[in-house]
Amino acid sequence: MKYLDEYRDGVIARALAQDIAAIATRHWVIMEICGGQTHTIMRYGIDELLPSNIELVHGPGCPVCVTPIETIDKAVALAMQRDVTLVSYGDMLRVPGSHSDLFRAKARGADVRIAYSPTEALRIARANPTRKVVFLAVGFETTAPANAMTVWQAKRESLTNFSMLASHVLVPPAIRALLSSPGNRIQGFIAPGHVCTVVGYREYDDLAREFSIPIVVGGFEPVDLLEAIHMLAHQLELGTACVQNQYARSVSYQGNLPAQQILQEVFEVTDQKWRGIGEIAQSGMRFRPEYADYDANRLFDLDLISADEPAECISALVLQGQRKPIECPAFAKRCTPETPLGAPMVSSEGACAAYYRYRRHAVAASQESR
Amino acid sequence: MSANAIPGFTCPAPLATRDTVLLGHGSGGKLSGELVRDIFLPAFANPELAQLNDQAVVTIGGARIAITTDTFVIRPLFFPGGDIGSLAVHGTVNDLAVGGAQPLFLSAAFIIEEGFSMDELRRIVQSMQGAARAAGVQIVTGDTKVVEHGKGDGLFINTTGIGLVPAGCVLSADRARAGDRILINGSIGEHGIAILAQREGLEFESTIESDCAALHSLCAQVLQASSEVRCLRDLTRGGLSSALNEIAAQSRIGIELDESAIDVREQVRGACEMLGLDPLYVANEGKLIAIVAPDAAEDVLAAMRSHPLGRNSEIIGTVTESHPNLVTMKTSLGTARIVDMLAGDQLPRIC
Repeated sequence: MKYLDEYRDGVIARALAQDIAAIATRHWVIMEICGGQTHTIMRYGIDELLPSNIELVHGPGCPVCVTPIETIDKAVALAMQRDVTLVSYGDMLRVPGSHSDLFRAKARGADVRIAYSPTEALRIARANPTRKVVFLAVGFETTAPANAMTVWQAKRESLTNFSMLASHVLVPPAIRALLSSPGNRIQGFIAPGHVCTVVGYREYDDLAREFSIPIVVGGFEPVDLLEAIHMLAHQLELGTACVQNQYARSVSYQGNLPAQQILQEVFEVTDQKWRGIGEIAQSGMRFRPEYADYDANRLFDLDLISADEPAECISALVLQGQRKPIECPAFAKRCTPETPLGAPMVSSEGACAAYYRYRRHAVAASQESR
Repeated sequence: MSANAIPGFTCPAPLATRDTVLLGHGSGGKLSGELVRDIFLPAFANPELAQLNDQAVVTIGGARIAITTDTFVIRPLFFPGGDIGSLAVHGTVNDLAVGGAQPLFLSAAFIIEEGFSMDELRRIVQSMQGAARAAGVQIVTGDTKVVEHGKGDGLFINTTGIGLVPAGCVLSADRARAGDRILINGSIGEHGIAILAQREGLEFESTIESDCAALHSLCAQVLQASSEVRCLRDLTRGGLSSALNEIAAQSRIGIELDESAIDVREQVRGACEMLGLDPLYVANEGKLIAIVAPDAAEDVLAAMRSHPLGRNSEIIGTVTESHPNLVTMKTSLGTARIVDMLAGDQLPRIC
């Protein structure tokens, strides 16, 4: 299959790993932002191929993981209302809120449906005029345009029984927050290829300059990631700090302008809370006043909900790349995908789940040998 | 009055850790296993059940009878490559066949929702009869219940089957030994993707057909080729991964797969990439794995490849002593990763 087989080719991948080992003379810490990239690294064992002086740390780019617990609680509370149909992506249904998750709400009789696209929620709303249909919309710049488009369409059709519980987050402010943190160890970033497909990488130029840090926009297949790491290692060795685009088959400097336009039309930038990290200035999106009629937060009285995280979960440190999932005392013991303490163990893109699913045999072996 | 008759003593099922049944409990993954382990096994405990095979083999008057049951709740009822009727026959025939049995008789029970189309029911029943005839089994008894409109999902079918197991034939998920080879009769994931595509209205360049098929004659051919077959298992919901994980747990062995040997057809791969699904967890209805002693592997492979349903058979892995209870896979990069059992259903990714 074109664009897959050549990017999963073992010979090319091993050659790249050898090249990286040949050029890297010092210890470098590189963060991949996106959970999809973390997933590929774990699934293909890319860190096993790399020399030991290239350290990969995993970033906060899992939309499911960073969705505030209050948003999950609100979604559960909304779903339990008798006249509400709550629609969302499949992997949001298992994310634990303070007391429950959407799967449990569904088991208790709530009308919760899985969709592959937000426009399916519109279809449900059109077909069920007596139901209040709410789409739980989370995600980065990648999913936000489709959500914006859906709201725009709902307004155009004057649909009155559709709204959106939105919790969108933006990558560049998160990178800024990570780099400004006193505990920061990150020396190079693999920027998220899908996000940059939408918004381009102009903003990353500013970040590279401001923090003197090399950034490579990377794809999601093993060879993509190894190429991106190779480019970063090269820059780090040379002491340069610019933005390079490894994922050129998908990403352009300007990005997808119509997608950016619809984002601008429906949403405006605002401060946003990230689960496990806290509030990051100007890192989220809220509805513009013209679209307030579609904001579930405004339509339903949901302000009373407050939420608590399990104390034992170190997801804040994991999401900032300061701890590896296996350094958590609860990992694979009290915290598993069936009994998650925090969101990174739930989502298929969460760092903890990726370690658990693909690598816990290696973890067990290394603990035995210690 | 015996102690057994005292209410509360007849069912020693401990309380499950979860307070309600979730959809994931029906996925064939870890949650399903939990339900069986915590609720059903303690209540019904007996040696035949404890084997946890897809069928039980019991001895009656000297004859070894395999018995199995399965309920079909599929949506949509008609899909490319089959329908709920043919599936209900094939599923039960396959569960008998992988126990080494010659399938003989089936029962069929229908739970029909009020208002269901008589024409569709007729088509489904005819499809069942066609599948039964082709598989050499007879549907000899049945039951019908009609539930109020809104209390069912159109039609549910249960089939129970019995068959005869030849003397000396013992196949079981706890018999895999280090060194054994793992064989499969072709590409994976077609049934699950065919259903998903139909249900969600996904369109591809050409239609993906379910692999739904009766595997009894393929099983017979495998067993004829060698007496060193340890275990056969048909792959259904939960896919290849769930079947192998169950065998690894029951035999207390490890399994090492080779990714490059596992065939996934181009269209299924494309659909899985698009939806963020792993084909190892996608359902099949016409695929089986055979765990075979190392010396017999080539003979069994040849026998499988000579059968119309096994032309693309491959050896995909090996049983190992290291990492018991764990299935690993050598990736295209030469590294190893875990092939875990999923907690519940595989969920499409967000982006």
